[in-house]
Amino acid sequence: MFETVLGLYNYWIVIVLMMAGFYTVIARGNLAKKVIGLNIFQTSVFLMYITMGAVEGGTAPIVSEEATVYSNPLPSVLILTAIVVGVATTAVGLALVVRIREAFGTLEEDEVLALEHRMDRGA
Amino acid sequence: MEQVIDIVLLAFMVVTALAMIALRNLFAVVMLSGIFSLLSASMFVLMDAVDVAFTEAAVGAGISTVLMLGTLALTARAERTPRRNSLLPLAVVVVTGAALIYGTLDMPHFGDPQAPIHQHVAPRYIEDSPREVGPPNMVTSVLASYRGYDTLGETTVIFTAGIGVLVLLGARVDRRRCNAQAARKDAGEGRS
Repeated sequence: MFETVLGLYNYWIVIVLMMAGFYTVIARGNLAKKVIGLNIFQTSVFLMYITMGAVEGGTAPIVSEEATVYSNPLPSVLILTAIVVGVATTAVGLALVVRIREAFGTLEEDEVLALEHRMDRGA
Repeated sequence: MEQVIDIVLLAFMVVTALAMIALRNLFAVVMLSGIFSLLSASMFVLMDAVDVAFTEAAVGAGISTVLMLGTLALTARAERTPRRNSLLPLAVVVVTGAALIYGTLDMPHFGDPQAPIHQHVAPRYIEDSPREVGPPNMVTSVLASYRGYDTLGETTVIFTAGIGVLVLLGARVDRRRCNAQAARKDAGEGRS
């Protein structure tokens, strides 16, 4: 039982973090905060991949004389790519936030929707 | 010992994430997100993914934080207190989380060398990449050689994102310039 908890602890924390990010995205109206929530979600996925790649008693996957067991290099590669792509998408999201704020004067989702509704009826 | 560090760091991350949800001051939230990235970089070092830790510390804790601070400078600092009911999102999150945790129950345990992920492809990278590609760092070999197309795709995504940001924010500068010109013209006409 104790062993199971220790063995799966990383995955459980990853899920808690993932749900924290998810909650921020769906429960918060502020658009900038939504982007931050997406970032938390993203980081939790990175942690999950790296957790899967770790090997007990392993070393970083760099060839050396003393090392006998290496951790899996593949998740590291995938997550390296994902981190950089993640920042690129965050930048686009934040640029959209800036534009929305300029067009509507607010970052709160419900106020933006109300303004849009009024514009639609006005037109 | 490693297990203790692992548990403590992950607990810190949960506390940071919860504080980020609770705080309304977006400046504080952005600072906490920097701390969150740094904690995750430490976790990557602990789990032998040093290249990922470098990238996360530079890109996640550095560039993301700067981008968010820039956004805050252009927009608002504080979040309004919510008017809507947050019980439904909470229920959705709890149910999804419970389902995911149920899904982890038959996962291989942390660090298990017999896990399926370590049986295929990875042994080839570990054993042959120093001879086939050259660099002692296997992550570099895989990134630049075996999965080089991935990296090419990544640069394409970054290029596209850069164009997207330029289009979104470049339009502002143009419009501001037009407005300034129009104002100058109006002022000139007013004088004559």
